[in-house]
Amino acid sequence: MSALLEVDSLVRHYPVRIPGGLFGQPATLRAVDGVSFAVSPGKTLGLVGESGCGKSTTAKLVLGLLPPTAGAVRFEGGHVPARRNAEWRALRQRMQMVYQDPLGALDRRLPVVAQVMEPLTVFKIGTPAERREKARDLMAAVGLTPHLFERFPHELSGGQRQRVVLARALILEPSLLVCDEPISALDVSIQAQVINLLLDLQDRFGVAFLFISHDLKVVRQVSHEVAVMYLGRIVEQGEPEKLFHEPAHPYTKALVSAIPSPWRQEGYERIVLQGDPPNPVQVPSGCAFHPRCAYATAACREVRPVLADIGDGRKAACHLLSPIASA
Amino acid sequence: MSTLDFVGLQPGAATVRGFAPAVAKPIAAQGSGDALVRIAGLTVAFDDGKRHVPVLHGIDLEIRRGETIGIVGESGCGKSVTWLAALRLLGKRARIGGTVSLDGQPMHDFSDAAMARIRGKQIAMIFQDPASSLNPVHRIGRQLAESISLHRGLTGQAARAEALRLLDRVHIPNPGQRLSAYPHELSGGMNQRVMIAMALAGEPDLLVADEPTTALDATIQAQILDLLREIRQDSGMALALISHDLGVIADICDRVMVMYAGRVVEAADSRALFATPGHPYTQGLLAALPDLDAPHRRLEAIAGTVPEPGKLPGGCSFRLRCPHADADCAAEVPGLGHIDKAHQVACLKADSL
Repeated sequence: MSALLEVDSLVRHYPVRIPGGLFGQPATLRAVDGVSFAVSPGKTLGLVGESGCGKSTTAKLVLGLLPPTAGAVRFEGGHVPARRNAEWRALRQRMQMVYQDPLGALDRRLPVVAQVMEPLTVFKIGTPAERREKARDLMAAVGLTPHLFERFPHELSGGQRQRVVLARALILEPSLLVCDEPISALDVSIQAQVINLLLDLQDRFGVAFLFISHDLKVVRQVSHEVAVMYLGRIVEQGEPEKLFHEPAHPYTKALVSAIPSPWRQEGYERIVLQGDPPNPVQVPSGCAFHPRCAYATAACREVRPVLADIGDGRKAACHLLSPIASA
Repeated sequence: MSTLDFVGLQPGAATVRGFAPAVAKPIAAQGSGDALVRIAGLTVAFDDGKRHVPVLHGIDLEIRRGETIGIVGESGCGKSVTWLAALRLLGKRARIGGTVSLDGQPMHDFSDAAMARIRGKQIAMIFQDPASSLNPVHRIGRQLAESISLHRGLTGQAARAEALRLLDRVHIPNPGQRLSAYPHELSGGMNQRVMIAMALAGEPDLLVADEPTTALDATIQAQILDLLREIRQDSGMALALISHDLGVIADICDRVMVMYAGRVVEAADSRALFATPGHPYTQGLLAALPDLDAPHRRLEAIAGTVPEPGKLPGGCSFRLRCPHADADCAAEVPGLGHIDKAHQVACLKADSL
C-alpha cells in the first residue's frame, strides 16, 4: 500500500542571534533536523516529544504552512508546495488541522454551525441549503446535540468546542487530519470522550491522523505507529505496544518511566533524567541526547547515530542498539 | 457545627442553595498530635453582580504535620479555591463561610497583618506557571532575597548567602551564577525550582502546591516531584498537592481527596483510593485514564460534562453523569460516610457498588 503522506529528510532551520558582541552573533536554531516518516491512508502516526523537540514545526511543514529549509513532503502522490498558491489551497481541502485550544480556533462572533459550513462556502461546494444540511449531519456525527448548533463558542464547554473544531475539519472530507495536542486543554473526564470520538471518526470516515502530543498515554491510545522526537530528530519509531512496553532508546525509556501512573506505585524504579533538554540552537555534538544519557560512550559524543532498523519493525537512533541489516 | 464568616460577615452564607453540612468528621490521620490545618464546613460563593454563585459547598479537611495530602478534581471543582479561601486571597467578591484553623487557632481571628505573616511563613503556596509568578524585571537573587528578608529578617550578605543555599537546596546548577539571572533566562523547570526555593525561604509548615508540574514536560515533572518528595522528607514540611493528574497524586501523596463540583466526594489513603475507588466519579476517572502498562483497551469515558456552578442538579451533583443513579440520588445531597476505617465516600450507593 502506498503511503498517503511521505516526509523525506525534512529540515527547518531558523536564523537567530545569540548573545555575544554588540548585536549578538548569528546562529542556527535547528527546529526540525532531518525527519522522515510515512502515514498510510486511514492510519495514525503519533508524534511524541517534549516541548521544543520540533513536533509542532513538523506539523506546519507537513501542511505547507511553513516552507522547509530542505527535504520534501509528498501528499497523495503530489508535492506539497512551499508557497501558498492555488495548488496549495486545492490541496488543503484534503489535509486539515486541529489545534490545542478550540476557543482560539473558533470565531467568537459566529454561531458554531456557520463556522462548520464555512469551508464549504470557501471552496464553493453545494448550495447554501446543502451546506447547512451537511454541517448539521457532521455536527451530529461528532456528538453535538441540535440545540447547540446555533450557539456561540463561549456558550459551549471545552469538549463541545473541540467537537465543533473536529466537525469543521472533517466537512471537506479530508484524507489527512493533523492534530496538534488536540486534547491537552481538556479535562480528564472529557479527554477520554474525545479520544474515543477520534477513533470512531477514523473508522467512519477513513481519515488518517498525524497526531502530535506530549502525552504518551494518549498517543498510545490512538496511534498505529509512534515516532519519538528529541531535538528535531526522530530517535525511535515503531508500533506503540512494543515501543512503550519495551522502549529501546534510552530517551524513550526515560520518557516512559517518567509518566506517573496510579497503577505503578510499589517499588517502581523511575529513571529521572538530569538537566533540561538542550537548546536547539546549541545542539550537542554526536548524539543530541548524550549529555543526559546514563549509557553514553565516547562514540556517542562524536558520531551522530542514524535511525536504523533494530528488528521487530522498529527503528532507533542509538549506538548502543546494534542495527540489524535490513533484508 | 458553628459557622463563622471571616470575610464579609453576611448572615446566611451557610444557607446558600445546595449547602449541606457534612455528616462525617474529617478523616483523622494516623499518628498523634493535633491537625496543623483544619478546615471545617468551608463554603465560598462568588458575587457575579446579580447573585451569589456558590462554588464550595462545605469542605472539611485536616492536614497533620509532615503529611502529604493530594486534592484531585477537574477544572472548576474548587480544589484551588479551597486554599485561596483558606489563605484569604479571594478578594471582596467572595463570600466565605466555615472555619479554618491553624495549629488550633481559628484563622478568622487574625488581622490582615497577621494573615500576611502567615502566608509564606507558615503556609506557602506555589502555582502552575512559574514564569508568571516571578517578576520578569527583577533578577532571581533579588526576588529570593526579598522573601528571605521578609520572613527571616536577613539582609545584605546574609540574605545572599541564604539565597545561594536555597538555590543549591533545590538543585539548581551554578547557583551563584543563577542569582543574577532573570526569569526569562531560565527554563520552566528551573523557574519552578526557584519558586520552590522562594517558598522554602520562610521555612513553612505547609506548602500548598497548585498544579506545580502541569506546565512542565514529563521528564522535568519527574524531577520536580522527586524534589518535592526529598524536601518534604528532609524538612518535615506538610504538603498539599493540588492536581488534575491522578498519576501525579498517586506518586507522592499519603492521603487523597477527590473533589467534584465544590464538594469532597471521596477521601482515603492513597493506596486504598486507587485500589478500591468507592465513588462512581473516582471509578469513572480511573476508567477514563489510559494505562501505559496494561493491554490496549477502549477508554470508558464519563458521559456528559461537569455542571456549571450555580446550575448544579438537585441532590447528588454527579447523578446526571452517574451510571448508578436513581430517584433517591435526586432527593438529597449525600454526605461523606465511612466505607472503611480511613475511607470515606459521599454516595448513597456506596455500600452496593
